[in-house]
Amino acid sequence: MNDFAYYKATDIDGAVNAAAGPKNNYIGGGTNLIDLWKYDLAHPEKLVDLNGIDELKEITELPDGGLRLGALVTNNATAYHPIVQERYPLLSRTILAGATPQIRNAATNGGNLLQRTRCYYFYDSSSPCNKRVPGSGCPAREGHNRLHAILGYSDACIATMPSDMCVALAALEAVVRVKGPEGERCIPFIEFHRLPGEQPEKDNTLREDELILSVDLPARGFAGHHTYLKLRDRHSYAFALVSVAMGYELDGEGNISVARIALGGVAHKPWRVPAAEELLVGKSPTEDQFARAAEAILEGASGFEHNTFKIDLAHRAILRAGAMAHDPSTQRPGAKPSL
Amino acid sequence: MSSPQEIKLTVNGKAERLSVRPWVSLLDTLRHHLHLNGTKKGCDHGQCGACTVICDGERILSCLTLGVMKDGSEITTIEGLGQPGNLHPLQEAFLEHDAYQCGYCTPGQICSGVALMKEGHANTREEVKELMSGNLCRCGANTNIIDAIMAVKDGAHE
Repeated sequence: MNDFAYYKATDIDGAVNAAAGPKNNYIGGGTNLIDLWKYDLAHPEKLVDLNGIDELKEITELPDGGLRLGALVTNNATAYHPIVQERYPLLSRTILAGATPQIRNAATNGGNLLQRTRCYYFYDSSSPCNKRVPGSGCPAREGHNRLHAILGYSDACIATMPSDMCVALAALEAVVRVKGPEGERCIPFIEFHRLPGEQPEKDNTLREDELILSVDLPARGFAGHHTYLKLRDRHSYAFALVSVAMGYELDGEGNISVARIALGGVAHKPWRVPAAEELLVGKSPTEDQFARAAEAILEGASGFEHNTFKIDLAHRAILRAGAMAHDPSTQRPGAKPSL
Repeated sequence: MSSPQEIKLTVNGKAERLSVRPWVSLLDTLRHHLHLNGTKKGCDHGQCGACTVICDGERILSCLTLGVMKDGSEITTIEGLGQPGNLHPLQEAFLEHDAYQCGYCTPGQICSGVALMKEGHANTREEVKELMSGNLCRCGANTNIIDAIMAVKDGAHE
């Protein structure tokens, strides 16, 4: 563990200025960064604390019918916010499927997007890891890889993105609003996280010193038909082996008019295949139709010694999520979802 | 080395001024600087919940936040919930329901349980179990811990 300096920012521009430099980190809740620092995996020279910036702590309605989730609002405050519960229950339930109440009370929306993978080798500072030390190698390919990717991985890295919340945000087509030294810009959610390629050290497309201001939700929240199905080794407080965030709308005849499906636990980013969602449009929400979509979403999937089961698991999870989305009350914290 | 910073905390109703270096966790601030050793260091990595305290009304893990980040906050630890002879109803319930063996996780369990009841999101036993999943008990007293919380929640200890 290294020594570091601390600066408490009181406004956005002050924070961005104070963070200038490759070894300075923003800190929101700290639930991931402080852990990484204790494991000697993160080595900040200065922490820029964002908790004094009140304008990042608000949830506000947008003129287009959407909702702006401030980057410093905690995961729990977001999940239990009345508008989120009413209009974006998929997001609320997804957040509540992750971590624990204590962590969700501290972890922020911006920080959730930036949490690092829980690949065992990334977390073991004595082991090679291309994400931690570029060029050092990837023991996960031949080692313990139960948690690892079946889609979109590279020779350099087979890690998965650990967030639950981000899987729902991908399905909801959220937009990430950021500000950096060069000004403000918006990043569509599916472009925020990246595939590892030859640069697995880069988890996302943020530029140097850019600060997440908010996550903006569009008006469509799939409140009628949605589910988050999370499959994991323990019933609570475990990362997903496979998860499915699904939302769809039905037309007057009971056919799907629009559908979104994002998978967690299978890739370096939330996995979405818009062409597979298109296959469902105009179709009835039946197992056969979800099976066609699942085939398309999982096209090209391949596993390693300990995680090939994820391909079948993801296929079945999509079918089950499709049925559960018909009756969202089947998924609530503490309930064992059944068909 | 980075210099210590002056912070103010209100801990268990008492105003405290102290000087901590930026990298001192809230847990170590409470234990080493204020000598409140009721809050326990289990894993020190956010996995066990033994260090749970109530900060500005919300339960958090004191190992995963820094003392300097909580400047101006109000903190309640196990010492602030009850004392011998004047126990919190949940402490009474832990005794009655035999909700611990070694006791190391107990301060965190009780702080977490008190906050859970105030949050009001857990109505059923299943929901209490889910929303207590951040507090591990390696002795395996979990069933009795949930019993104790359910008893207080349902008014048996008010």
